[in-house]
Amino acid sequence: MSGFTTQELFAIFAMQGFSGLSLFCVFLLMALGLAIIFGQMGVINMAHGEFMTLGAYLTYLVSVQAATLGEWALDAYFPVAIAVAFLGAFMLGYLVERFMIRHLYQRPLDTLLATWGLGLILQQLFRSIFGPREKTVTMPDWLLGSYSATDMIDIPLNGLFILAITILLSVALLVLLYRSRWGTKVRATTQNRTMANAAGINTDRVDRLTFALGCGTAGVAGAAFTTIASTGPTSGGQYIVDTFLVVVFGGAASLFGTIVSAFGIAQSQSILSFFWSGSMAKVFTLLTVVVILMFRPQGLFASKVRR
Amino acid sequence: MLHTRDIRVSYGMSEVIHGLSFGVGNNETLAIMGRNGMGKTTLFKALIGILPASGTIQFGTEEIIRRQPFERVKRGLAYVPQGRLVFGTLSVEENISAGLEATGRRSVPTDIYDLFPVLHDMRRRKAGNLSGGQQQQLAIARALATDPKVLLLDEPTEGIQPSIIKDLARTLNEIKRIRKISIVVSEQVLSFASDIADRMIVLDKGHIAFETAGDEIDAARISRHLTV
Repeated sequence: MSGFTTQELFAIFAMQGFSGLSLFCVFLLMALGLAIIFGQMGVINMAHGEFMTLGAYLTYLVSVQAATLGEWALDAYFPVAIAVAFLGAFMLGYLVERFMIRHLYQRPLDTLLATWGLGLILQQLFRSIFGPREKTVTMPDWLLGSYSATDMIDIPLNGLFILAITILLSVALLVLLYRSRWGTKVRATTQNRTMANAAGINTDRVDRLTFALGCGTAGVAGAAFTTIASTGPTSGGQYIVDTFLVVVFGGAASLFGTIVSAFGIAQSQSILSFFWSGSMAKVFTLLTVVVILMFRPQGLFASKVRR
Repeated sequence: MLHTRDIRVSYGMSEVIHGLSFGVGNNETLAIMGRNGMGKTTLFKALIGILPASGTIQFGTEEIIRRQPFERVKRGLAYVPQGRLVFGTLSVEENISAGLEATGRRSVPTDIYDLFPVLHDMRRRKAGNLSGGQQQQLAIARALATDPKVLLLDEPTEGIQPSIIKDLARTLNEIKRIRKISIVVSEQVLSFASDIADRMIVLDKGHIAFETAGDEIDAARISRHLTV
């Protein structure tokens, strides 16, 4: 790190830290969906990345539609795109649970393979429909440019925007899970599916909606993703391994742990990749996570109760 | 209220419940007695629908043997499992409201907290951190929240100290009086069972050994079946 003045280092940390925040947002939105699905049903959804890609392509489609409507539509389309991305991924998730996952409960390995296959099918569908070239979403003017905090620190506005979306969605999910009746049902089912059913909860329905909700969250991650990169058929798939890392590291049953672990992993990758290469940053992050998991196999946070 | 005919339950190829037929009337308490391994828990799991069974289970006027557990709960059958199985990471209040799902009611009915004042004091605590006796009360409260017509209790005294067993008997009699419901309870503790039961069935190796009712309950004869 020699050759940098203290002031420069500070600026680098601030800016890399901020670009790490954008990565954190995508990780977190992906990981929340995955954590809910995995925590609730024990299903490892290898196609989760493709639900994110779906959300990104839907955002692209809405932006193309908006462009034909004129300038005002381009300024205002993004909230609509987020809603469309959520609904699209939610509905696909619902159908996938209904026609595929439901038949594979209690068979984790089969679910893994089946969802992986589903991911491949979806990737090829995207390729056939949208073409192999990456699509770039036309950004509204108010998302372009950056906010200069000091002479040396530039913070991009689109990063601030997806940070706001992420916070809103995370809070909404936490409220839904911990303050609503539906959340009580979900958590009761997660704890003991058989007993929840015998206490009067329609666990099949809870499963279907939970899976769809997790997929919808991935769709929103896709919409957020379009503001920091362009979308190709495999865009989402590239995040799946990192996302699993986040979920396992955070502790599968703890959403708070997921948040902390997404933050830690995204930040260390982003800041380290400035000084080393991107792959070295990844290696270092992975090693750290592996070492910590050796001492805490249950993840960073696990709920404490008597057994 | 609840009538079974020729119920059979098997684990794989081996049948453990061999064609039981019995019934419980309105506002009646039926105790099913038997040692460990005689099929009590298996029978209860079949009644609520966790284990598949053959035969018929008539609930009111409806045949429910093909129904899923939550559908049986909705119709008015409630289940307190052996080992209580409260949702440990949920708060006490959330545990009770999990049971409200079957009724569509929004808030916990006050008579539940009247029956179990200790649960009201601890309603924000995690259920997993309650003592065994408190968890037993919570499991009963969760079942009552579903507004049952028939309450199934599988060995409610297991792992509970004698002085609290007396309270439990008093509470169950009170529930029966206030709510006018029927209770089916499986037990090994004869004194507890005779405090609450109108009728007893003694289970032996998946068969009904004999049945006694009211004043003629023959303690000595039942005891012979409960001791090894």
